[in-house]
Amino acid sequence: MEDTLRGHAHKYGKNVDTDVIIPGKYCNIVDQVELGKHALEGLDPEYTARMKPGDIIVAGTNFGCGSSREVAPIAIKGSGTSAVIAKSFARIFYRNALNIGLPIFESAEAVDGIEMGDEIELEPATGVVRNITKGTSYQAAEFPPFMRSLIDAGGLVPYVERRLVEQSAP
Amino acid sequence: MGMTLTEKILARHSGLERVEPGQIINAKADLVLANELSAAVAIKVMRGIKGAGRVFDPARIALVADHFVPAKDAQSAGLAKLMKDFAAEQNIEHFFDVGRGGIEHVVLPEEGLVAPGELIVGGDSHTCTYGAFGAFATGMGSTDIAAAFVLGEVWLKVPASIKLVYSGTPGPMVYAKDIMLRTVGELGIDGGTYRAIEYHGTTVDELSITGRITMANMAIEAGAKNGIFHADQKTIAYVEERTDRPFLVERADADAVYERTIAIDIAGMEPQVACPHTPDNVHPISEVTRDTLPVDQVFIGSCTNGYIEDLRIVAKILEGKQIASNLRVIVNPGSQKVWMKAADEGILTTLAAAGCAVNTPGCGACFGGHMGTLGDNERAISTTNRNYVGRMGSPKAEIYLASPATCAASALTGRITDPRVLELAGV
Repeated sequence: MEDTLRGHAHKYGKNVDTDVIIPGKYCNIVDQVELGKHALEGLDPEYTARMKPGDIIVAGTNFGCGSSREVAPIAIKGSGTSAVIAKSFARIFYRNALNIGLPIFESAEAVDGIEMGDEIELEPATGVVRNITKGTSYQAAEFPPFMRSLIDAGGLVPYVERRLVEQSAP
Repeated sequence: MGMTLTEKILARHSGLERVEPGQIINAKADLVLANELSAAVAIKVMRGIKGAGRVFDPARIALVADHFVPAKDAQSAGLAKLMKDFAAEQNIEHFFDVGRGGIEHVVLPEEGLVAPGELIVGGDSHTCTYGAFGAFATGMGSTDIAAAFVLGEVWLKVPASIKLVYSGTPGPMVYAKDIMLRTVGELGIDGGTYRAIEYHGTTVDELSITGRITMANMAIEAGAKNGIFHADQKTIAYVEERTDRPFLVERADADAVYERTIAIDIAGMEPQVACPHTPDNVHPISEVTRDTLPVDQVFIGSCTNGYIEDLRIVAKILEGKQIASNLRVIVNPGSQKVWMKAADEGILTTLAAAGCAVNTPGCGACFGGHMGTLGDNERAISTTNRNYVGRMGSPKAEIYLASPATCAASALTGRITDPRVLELAGV
């Protein structure tokens, strides 16, 4: 994971659901870049045209609610979006984002302190959110220790590989 | 201190004496489910896991082609073929192709693949449906499913439980769907996030298995990790008719600790409708029908309400009549078995004669995939579970969620209609 992420904020409301993140009709696409062309299409059809690589999605509570489609975080990542900051995340989206390596930050204060277009700098390792435009700084919620260890190990796949070795040990 | 039903099942599946909310556990899965969309990504991930040549147990994996079937295009056909080839390669017998299955959550219980006390994970958010049988069941994304394919276990954070206690007898034309819509309205779409919902009370004791399925299915609409009922004689009879597999019925302890207990009285409750654009925007039908709301499409089906009981209700209302001229009605029996039963009972003919289009089982219309997609500025009333912007097609369409009875009544009048009005009129 990169040390710092930098981009401009695109701000949305609460309950941004998976149907607007990647509408159902695109769920037969597997390629990340192709999926990325339709990121947030149901909510903001101009998002992919307007955003620049590295930009950041900022939203209210319950981001990613609805379906279990892993293509939702994959589409966001595929669009070139570097991270999502939200007041809270829906359960399945949260797991999926970590599993596919989309950096997510949970901080109500940061969301309230960011306006559309603000320049933001993020440190995935520490959870620090800096609003460069406004000169403010926030600390996102820490990941629980188990999730932190998954992230540090490089995600779920290396974890599974280790468990496979443990399972086959006599 | 005792454990909730969810905690009991999680403790047993992780080899622990007890578990507590917030605890991270490794739990053994009795069944791992995927559909052609979640399987395609999971298979790709699994191929990248070193040392993961085979699934943990081919008999404990179920693969159901249901989202874009019959294939809507070459790309969708490719995903279904990828899953079919994987099933053959891994000797997975519980593989259900078009014509032999239907919607995954309708199929698995029918096939005896779900039993009380079991732990089931699936690459579909409505996997929580199996809580109707006293199982712990939750939806996950494809990478988690790939891990479960290989390990036969999943890591889980033990959820705190919310106890919902229902009382009162549903009035005329009030069904499990109405009770669950009201529940989602009360909890809110994130009211159950990271939580288990445990359903209690005389109202749900009286519900049929199908009614419980409808309610467990929509636990995710309140953001919950799972929704669960205690298995009773009805559950045991249903399951034993379909499998010889031994199972263990678990019960919550009398001194189990719940984060919240909510009493919901159904007596006198009207049919409920979730208005656009969230499943918790729920109102009694009398509020909704204050405005005249003409409808372009009525959809009957899905893992929420695609069961034979649901189709019987619709057929009873539409029998010998014609649907309104301003709309179309699309009916998807939930599975091949439901379709055949409906055919045997004459329901399909009744519906077709009334002007309904009867489709083959599948998820297509519910998630805006195909076979019933909404256009710009169209309004639908649907027995499905989600009404987010664009869920059934155009982001400019409006979706109202309701029971099969309310949908059927609306089909007759051409606008959103209280089914009790029809009953009073002797329809």
